[in-house]
Amino acid sequence: MTRNVAIVGTGHSKFGNRHDVNMPELAWEAIKQAIDEAGIEQKDVEFVSFSNVGGWSSEGLASVVSLEYAGLTGAGLYRVEAACSSGSAAIKAAHDAIASGEADIAMAIGLEKMNESPTPTVIEFIGRAGNFFWEFQNFGLTFPGYYALYATAYMAKHGATEEDLCKVAVKNHYYASLNPKAHFPIPITVEKCMKSRYIAWPLKLYDCSPITDGAAAVVLASEEVAKKLTDSPVWIESIGVSSGTSNLSRRDDFLHLEAGTLAADRAYKKAGLSRDDIVKHVDVAEVHDCFTIAEILAYEDLGFAKRGEGYKLIRDQETYKGGKIPVNLSGGLKAKGHPLGATGISMAVDLSRQLQGRVEKERQADIKVGRALAHNIGGTGHYAYVTLYSLSKPRR
Amino acid sequence: MPSQKEQADMFLKQMESFANEMKKAVGVPIIPEPKSGAQLWYDQREITLKFLISVEKTKKFFHEGLAQGKLLATRCKKCGRIYFPPQVDCPYCKTSEMEWVELPKEGELVTYTIITTRPYSFGHYPDYTVGVVKLKNGVQITAWVRETDPKKLCVGMPVKLEIVKREPEGYYTYEFVPIEEE
Repeated sequence: MTRNVAIVGTGHSKFGNRHDVNMPELAWEAIKQAIDEAGIEQKDVEFVSFSNVGGWSSEGLASVVSLEYAGLTGAGLYRVEAACSSGSAAIKAAHDAIASGEADIAMAIGLEKMNESPTPTVIEFIGRAGNFFWEFQNFGLTFPGYYALYATAYMAKHGATEEDLCKVAVKNHYYASLNPKAHFPIPITVEKCMKSRYIAWPLKLYDCSPITDGAAAVVLASEEVAKKLTDSPVWIESIGVSSGTSNLSRRDDFLHLEAGTLAADRAYKKAGLSRDDIVKHVDVAEVHDCFTIAEILAYEDLGFAKRGEGYKLIRDQETYKGGKIPVNLSGGLKAKGHPLGATGISMAVDLSRQLQGRVEKERQADIKVGRALAHNIGGTGHYAYVTLYSLSKPRR
Repeated sequence: MPSQKEQADMFLKQMESFANEMKKAVGVPIIPEPKSGAQLWYDQREITLKFLISVEKTKKFFHEGLAQGKLLATRCKKCGRIYFPPQVDCPYCKTSEMEWVELPKEGELVTYTIITTRPYSFGHYPDYTVGVVKLKNGVQITAWVRETDPKKLCVGMPVKLEIVKREPEGYYTYEFVPIEEE
């Protein structure tokens, strides 16, 4: 049995340094909005998949702690981990529970409180998100370092420049400045980015997503229940998933993320789409821009640009609103912030609101075909999720 | 100039001494967060993370490899695949019939980065370069490259592997050194 699944409620906390709240208080900000929007009560939620990476934060079982605080205790529950794509994994788990007929109403809740530890500790934990023994223990790679390996190879091969990378940061900071939920709602210039200090050469401070606290939540429902709850459901049209090697030394090249490419092809195939003309079939996309180079790789892995030409899309401003394919009108991970477990769900929340035409006017995309794309990578292409959201009910 | 590790330790020490003063003054370790002023509970529990990782099946890599100045990999006796990092099982042939082979030392730099903002446990080192090198036989290795000036590094440059003692810890590991071109 495979049933249609719709998003019927969305919730999103303010992202930032949230020293004003503890972990369950932060989760509740998103949970309350989502259940209010859906018009349901806690007792209606049969199943929760909870995404939280943790390590840097105090509550080991953040899922259980948050459900107790939110009055959701008793719902079926597990925590999912897919590094930075944990949120998309949680959506898939909740989706599958409904699609299979196991539940009619389920929630995916993402929470990350990274600022409970000092920055060097957080850098240590994310640096271990790869292969601890062979690549971290002796060589101290960091998360910016892993993506810098891609940036160096990409720039050397295709002639992209550090300015091109900074142009991604400028775009995403511009859209963050229009998004009140963003961690850094401040516009920047290419000059400011170029003058920022190196974190992992060739990546500079403004090439990197910040260390962010945040929560996001969605309520998912079966077709039958969704019809009763809302006139404007956002359907999960298809989900493509893949994975990559833990050791970066075992990658064929440092010019693309194979897992992201595979996940895209799988998602497109299920929806009857092709990477060749995908930009005509998507109104707006949120892509995984943990670092500026990652957004450029995503353009190519998703088929928005040919191999080796992704940087030209940002050079030509084709990923701004009104361009060939608007990307990260939320501000992206780069400037909205990247609370790991919440990120994939934050993408779903913002894209649902985009499709329904209810985000801030200046960053609202033109919705013509009624389809949005979320591209969420875990680690450095270690996990990959591509999810298509649609205003049209998928045909089964 | 204190190292990044010393700076991180100093930051926590300051918070701790402030928390201790608060315990004396008001009886609870609650301190204001330096930027926002939000009230924070200073954790009264502390753990050290130190893992004990089995190398029982790969001990040759260390004793007969690194300690003898060699970098070893494993090769599947059935299909000939070379594994680095060494695996003692070939998942494709579903066999554990593997042999140890020495890797060539020369190769070329595939990509690299210079790490300036470092993890806590690397905060006592100066900046370091991490590269991925393709050896003559096609096997790729991640390791430090002994050059931190970006002007003296480029993709494709020839490098040579050396077995070195990592200081101040004092243990054998491997790193790459640029080969001076004539």
